[in-house]
Amino acid sequence: MDKWIAAFGGRQRLLQLLALAVLLMVILPLTLDIFRLNLVGKYLTYAFVAVGLVLCWGYGGILSLGQGVFFGIGGYCMAMFLKLEASSPENTAIQSTPGIPDFMDWNQITELPLGWIPFHSLTLTILLIMTVPALFAFLIGAAMFKRRVGGVYFAIITQAIASIATILIIGQQGYTGGINGITDLRTLLGWDIRPDSAKYLLYFLCCILLIACLLVGQFVLNSRYGKLLIAMRDQEDRVRFSGYDVANIKIFVFALAGVFSALGGAMFALQVGFMSPSFVGTVASIEMVIFCAVGGRLSLIGAVYGALLVNLAKTLLSESFPQLWIVFMGALFIGVVLLFPQGLAGIYEDYVRPQVAKLFSRKSNAESQGDKAVAQEAR
Amino acid sequence: MTSPILLAIEDLTVSFDGFKAVDGLNLYVERNEVRVVIGPNGAGKTTLLDLICGKTKASAGSIKFKDTELTRLVEHDIVKAGVGRKFQTPSIYENLTVRENLELSYPKGRNVFGSLFFKVTDEVNARVLAVAEDIFLSDRLDTSAGLLSHGQKQWLEIGMLLIQDPELLMLDEPVAGMSVSEREATAELLGRISQNRSVIVIEHDMDFVKDIAHRVTVLHQGRLLAEGKMDEVQANEKVIEVYLGH
Repeated sequence: MDKWIAAFGGRQRLLQLLALAVLLMVILPLTLDIFRLNLVGKYLTYAFVAVGLVLCWGYGGILSLGQGVFFGIGGYCMAMFLKLEASSPENTAIQSTPGIPDFMDWNQITELPLGWIPFHSLTLTILLIMTVPALFAFLIGAAMFKRRVGGVYFAIITQAIASIATILIIGQQGYTGGINGITDLRTLLGWDIRPDSAKYLLYFLCCILLIACLLVGQFVLNSRYGKLLIAMRDQEDRVRFSGYDVANIKIFVFALAGVFSALGGAMFALQVGFMSPSFVGTVASIEMVIFCAVGGRLSLIGAVYGALLVNLAKTLLSESFPQLWIVFMGALFIGVVLLFPQGLAGIYEDYVRPQVAKLFSRKSNAESQGDKAVAQEAR
Repeated sequence: MTSPILLAIEDLTVSFDGFKAVDGLNLYVERNEVRVVIGPNGAGKTTLLDLICGKTKASAGSIKFKDTELTRLVEHDIVKAGVGRKFQTPSIYENLTVRENLELSYPKGRNVFGSLFFKVTDEVNARVLAVAEDIFLSDRLDTSAGLLSHGQKQWLEIGMLLIQDPELLMLDEPVAGMSVSEREATAELLGRISQNRSVIVIEHDMDFVKDIAHRVTVLHQGRLLAEGKMDEVQANEKVIEVYLGH
């Protein structure tokens, strides 16, 4: 038992994770109406991306400004499956070619494109949601990291890839639904995803998946590989000249972050009921980095809070000041990076935890000493 | 019968945009030898180490380590062949503890999945403790490496190489910035660790060189200027002129 606790980040970390689970799966569902809860669910899908960025950027030092691409891969895979199900010949009888998605019909496509065929099967779809981003990340990673492209150059290239992906999706309207995206998603294996009861269930599914990702992340960070990420971020040459193939280490973390993002994207399509290129492009990708930075780029759990709080602020502020939001977002990013480089998690460790520890110190001295060791380790 | 030569460098040349940092160099290092490479700034000493460990690719020539041609290998394969290299400025993982620094350098679990499921066994632990003892850091195992003194950082990096048990150890200015007592401790450490391996050291500190060197190689403008025992080299007219004289 102790061995497992240690492998997933120690008692303190798991308690923080439990607190997050209680907040997401007990407190929020009890206090919010389904409209708000569904919004939280949408924000949580961004948290998948932010959690991936903690591993990739925070620990591995690889800043990707194109995580929207992976979010998009997951989202589009899921949306394609749902769209095919919604486009049964009966539902689309009025089209000139019944049985294909409506937007294809509008674009004079008369046959389902080859790339869409696997998405008739849910099993294949789920498989593709996990493997396509991993494979794509592997290709980008192999092309970049084996050639020692890193740092700012890598960030710029990923940004360009996000931009290319958007252009491609919008340009290939007949195959992708263009700028409108894939809309009007209805059922999952005959189960209607639109009523409130379904939204509740999907919200819980999203929470469970996110917590599973957090556990995987904790496991990775606590392994030798996790230490290696930190080492590589700080002294890449020393790692290389200690006999490690640095490129492979980078490819793996980049692919893992990609798969996390794709899971988020798939949950997005399910909960929100559509997928569009605006969640793939450069702006979306940079927003993901901001969620991660605000939450604290060295804290997996912090990234979840970052995604939730920034999006909450976005919802509140953009309702009253739609023009100012983007400026505020930029200012927030600069402010956090300059003043609180460890984000919310850093503020918690520095200001909140000592207070909490003081409260509990009378209870058990031995315990808080253990906590301190963990806190130092977290640094 | 194994050859007494561990490392054979022949006609090694590297040119950066026409400038030859190392120019037609021949150098042979024997087993269990401590070789010190000296020379004025820009003589190509660090470049020589870069070439051996694969950081810089040779333009021409050969570097043979035992029976392996190193010029064709990538860096991590050169390490696996048994060559360890310490950098001039201490390169350690400052955000990790001394113990973690050493554990990460332990030569197992070096691929992605090996490292994900790597277990710190008793064997690893024993090795970490033994090396920590060697490098005078056994009481600092759980200290963050960033908090060590400059000299301790140098030792830690040497320890990170020792734990890999390389047959050839290359040290770029290991005592730079060390106090006198640290320097003496390092000389003693080098004496101990060179028992069953060859060591190439770049150093400017002549007293330290005298303490440790079996043989000395003097480089000048990428070429070999002189080679031999310390007193022979010190008496060499050319060496005095370009290096020792001032």
